[in-house]
Amino acid sequence: MELFPSDAVFTPDVSWVALWPMVVMALGGLLLLTISSLGKGRIPRPFYALWAVLTSVGSFITAIPLWAQVHGWEDAVLWYDPEVDPTGPFSTVGGVIAADGFSVFLTMLIAVSMVAVVLVIEAYLDREQDRFPEMFALTMFAALGGMVMVSANDLIVLLLGLETLSVAAYVLAAMDLRRVQSQEAGFKYFVLGAFSSAFFLYGIAFIYGATGGTGLVHITDFLAANVLLGSSGLMLLLGLGLLIVGFAFKVALVPFHSWSPDVYDGTPSPLVTFMSSVVKVAAFAGMLRVLVMAFESAGADWRPVIQGLAVLSLVGGALGAIVQSNVKRLLAYSSISHAGFILLGVEAASDVGTAAVVIYLTAYSALVIGSFTVVTLVARSGDRLHTLTDYQGLGRTSPLVAGLFTFFLLAQAGVPFTAGFYAKFSAVIAAVDAGTAWLAAVAMLSAVIAAYLYLRLVVTMWFVDPAAETDTSHVGVPAAAGIALAGCAAAVLWIGIFPNTLTDWAERSVPAVVQPAPPNLVESGDEADADVEFEVGPDGMPGMPGPMPGEMDFGELDLESLGIDPAELEAMLEGGDLGFDVDVEFEDPPG
Amino acid sequence: MPEAVLLGGEQTTTAVEWVVFIIAATTTLLGSFGVIMARNPVHAALSLVGSLFSVAVLFLNQGAEFLAAVQVIVYTGAIVILILFVLMLLGIDTEEDLEDEPLRGQMPVAVGIGVLLTASVFALTQLVGFDVVTGTPEVTAAIRDDMPNINQIGRLLFTDFVVATQLAGVMLTVAVVGAVVMARRPREYQPIPEPESMDAPLSLDPTDQGADNGAEVAD
Repeated sequence: MELFPSDAVFTPDVSWVALWPMVVMALGGLLLLTISSLGKGRIPRPFYALWAVLTSVGSFITAIPLWAQVHGWEDAVLWYDPEVDPTGPFSTVGGVIAADGFSVFLTMLIAVSMVAVVLVIEAYLDREQDRFPEMFALTMFAALGGMVMVSANDLIVLLLGLETLSVAAYVLAAMDLRRVQSQEAGFKYFVLGAFSSAFFLYGIAFIYGATGGTGLVHITDFLAANVLLGSSGLMLLLGLGLLIVGFAFKVALVPFHSWSPDVYDGTPSPLVTFMSSVVKVAAFAGMLRVLVMAFESAGADWRPVIQGLAVLSLVGGALGAIVQSNVKRLLAYSSISHAGFILLGVEAASDVGTAAVVIYLTAYSALVIGSFTVVTLVARSGDRLHTLTDYQGLGRTSPLVAGLFTFFLLAQAGVPFTAGFYAKFSAVIAAVDAGTAWLAAVAMLSAVIAAYLYLRLVVTMWFVDPAAETDTSHVGVPAAAGIALAGCAAAVLWIGIFPNTLTDWAERSVPAVVQPAPPNLVESGDEADADVEFEVGPDGMPGMPGPMPGEMDFGELDLESLGIDPAELEAMLEGGDLGFDVDVEFEDPPG
Repeated sequence: MPEAVLLGGEQTTTAVEWVVFIIAATTTLLGSFGVIMARNPVHAALSLVGSLFSVAVLFLNQGAEFLAAVQVIVYTGAIVILILFVLMLLGIDTEEDLEDEPLRGQMPVAVGIGVLLTASVFALTQLVGFDVVTGTPEVTAAIRDDMPNINQIGRLLFTDFVVATQLAGVMLTVAVVGAVVMARRPREYQPIPEPESMDAPLSLDPTDQGADNGAEVAD
């Protein structure tokens, strides 16, 4: 006997507040494509840049009420909306989208990074006399994928966010149609990325097999309540391992890093700012949420793996960078080394570690966007001057650009009073706090090695005379790139000198395990005659898709229109053959 | 509405199911033989269509409507059509000399693998029986027997997984836009040659960066 008719539809509870940042980004991208195809090249390119900036800003602004709902209004700025009730962390649309401090902060970070990235792209397109509105649209879609990844609470949704991000990134890498290198970069990125996505999907399948679900909250609960032995335990380990491989590819950890220098080198320089900021933020956020939150109880299994990857990336990145003669490749290796540092926070598997990851991602985004903006400018028309030779004597010909680059490089090396120092400091503290002081020691040693490569670039710019073939023309800073550079430099300084604000935010940016809100029953009438509240046991409820333990309040229901006979329901309740506890208050008791 | 055959449930086979099974199984086998026997590659591809379509009928006969639909859409609809496209674009839609093997010894290997696969399926059914599901069935959702699985999947896609469904749409849009961008070759574009610095000798000395960077190539 079933309570609900078989064709009753349970729709998930949708909180639009949590979805607006993504919806704005998606609509912005789609509208931009529509406008560009209708305009047929008559619309001036700066319009598209402005559109992309406004969309990113809009996405940021729509994240403010979400921030308020998670943290309370006293921390939100700019506006007050009495409609939004501060509820703390929550999850929505059947629990697949999480809205917690972690997702809100990183969504905002992605939106802000997007503004800077778009400005750099505009400066580049202006110099190359190129009209490519698709470049803006694709970065916007990729940012949407990133926002989904930072808030995905379900492995399937995480994979789809990852794919949206990656597919756009593959195309962005191959976007410079004039250079074969760019095409090659896109192809390499695509082939390896497709493999890593396949690994990732395979991992999801194993984890589904072992735990019976893809929802991160479900996995957390399942692993907390059950010990998987034998083949189920093996299946879980296999799935976990494949997931880690997938993530390691995306964030370019040694030994899954070989694509990264080639792709960074071939990709149009302004788009590397995107790849090294938004893509990394999204991938690390997904990794952290899956490993630290969902697989917390399996920490003994994955922590050694992450520690190994961290050591390899720290040392491999630093050593690999030393022998590079191409600045983009050099910075690619340096970003591998940074990824090793971020892993220190992931490996710690604690709130301190999570805060360290958030701090590092924020500081790192500002640093790499700044650095690659300089690279974009120095590359001159055609995006071709990337060797160390091209940087010789830059301090004399273009002191402003060289000075900013020096600042960003020193910050990446971890000089005190810059964001880089504070980020590295937080990561090391997190590792020590988690009882892995040896890893912290390795990290600090590798930072010393890495400092050499940054200093080498600085020395090249200021103390080496330009070679005969070096282009000694002055490097100008277009307004758009100037705004991005100023913003990044200000952020780096601000985080370095006043780290408390960021620390405050980061410490509250932890992923939260929140049960999804109860689904709504699609009602066909509006006359409610019973207040139905269920307490569903661990086996779920007959007639409902999937196990959904916990309490569910369906509120006021119109039983007649749902095809439930009140008298029959009453009989069922008295008979006690429902298999779950149900509490029904009849407005008009039958009989 | 066809009756779903449930795992572990009471399994009854009606006469109609038997007849459908025998017809579909025969055409599956005939199609498979056609794939390897046909001398014309196009005929082989069309035999593959027949074989895959018959497998879809077999799925339908088992109450797996969704698998049947996917089988038709993905395999018969997309993959075989792709194969046919390649055949026709390459212009090998005539008889091929089967004696000339590009890969030596592939036929005996194929026979060996086929025998091995068949044997393993038999071994599996003999060892563990027919009513096997993988995973941890006690935590997965129950299979509802009052609704075809295509409805159940559809409901899931538009309720619990509505975000995933919408997101898949965005992803496909990105892929289409990307394909258009990649396929475009504006005429005014001058290709920029690869810099030679890729093969430059490496040096640890910051003052010795004599690598040629190809700066003179484009202006």
